[in-house]
Amino acid sequence: MKLGIVVNEGPYQHQSSDSAYLFAKAAIVKGHEVWRVFFYHDGVNNATKLTEPPQDDRNIVNRWTKLAEEHNVDLVVCVAAALRRGIKPENLAQGFRISGLGQLVEAGTQCDRLITFGD
Amino acid sequence: MSESVVKKFMFVNRKAPYGTIYALESLEVVLITAAFDQDVSLVFLDDGVFQLKKSQQTKAIEIKNFSPTYRALDGYDVEKLYVEKESMDARGLTEDDLLVDVTVLSSAEIGALMNEQDVVLSF
Amino acid sequence: MLHIINKSPLENGSLDNCLRVANGGEILLIEDAVYAATKGNAFESKLGEAATRFKIYVLQPDLDARGMSDRIIAGVTAVDYGGFVDLTVNNKNCQSWL
Repeated sequence: MKLGIVVNEGPYQHQSSDSAYLFAKAAIVKGHEVWRVFFYHDGVNNATKLTEPPQDDRNIVNRWTKLAEEHNVDLVVCVAAALRRGIKPENLAQGFRISGLGQLVEAGTQCDRLITFGD
Repeated sequence: MSESVVKKFMFVNRKAPYGTIYALESLEVVLITAAFDQDVSLVFLDDGVFQLKKSQQTKAIEIKNFSPTYRALDGYDVEKLYVEKESMDARGLTEDDLLVDVTVLSSAEIGALMNEQDVVLSF
Repeated sequence: MLHIINKSPLENGSLDNCLRVANGGEILLIEDAVYAATKGNAFESKLGEAATRFKIYVLQPDLDARGMSDRIIAGVTAVDYGGFVDLTVNNKNCQSWL
């Protein structure tokens, strides 16, 4: 099945981006396609390459990048939400792209299921 | 984007305005979804009913008053606005307190409507 | 329909609100909502009543993380992330009660 995921909270502050990531990984293991992850609200903070967590903590941003590379997952950051919060092409991590809210609507129309993770 | 696909999108608004940005950013998605000619409905539950309260004056908190946008939804062909009666009652609100025409439904009716959707979004 | 709850019912009304509005289906408790599925919590009787109208699941990794997996309420089914995916796929749609 084709799945879309929406992430509404930033990394580390809230568990939602961890839950979304683990859900995505489990879906891929089960043979489903994670067609797009759309980052909205503070979720856009998942996309900054300036993140530097302590050595013994998970690197949430790199984890998304790796998922995108290995499984061709489309990571889309909402442009309006991103600009409000200082996420721009120059600090965007690998594997993410900035685009409009139409990409979220498209995830809704194209995917068999759309699931939201947030606060 | 494949324009031909039309799905039933329901936006479930459960949060009050201004305290957090969710209500405003949800409204932005509603407008885009309508622009893509999808079948859009909005539901206001719990503190989400406060989004529709008349006479919002935000000047002194320096946050943009986005409540007039709810009145503009009609122009985007978004006409299905549902408010849960139980949520209004629990907050001392009546239909006269709301800034736009809505359909008032019971919890059970809202629940049944939710079951019929293709995509349910809640922020 | 799948209803996903992520907040403790002892601190937040999401689960209660979901139980008022939702018309049957399945409920999955994740993140801080897993406390709702544990014995002795003040919401236990409400969850028991809900279990007559909904099938209720809890995300095991979130229970484990919080040290609460030894006290799941009878009638609540524990699932892992794979089970979470199955619930999403097997229901026509889902709503996250954020």
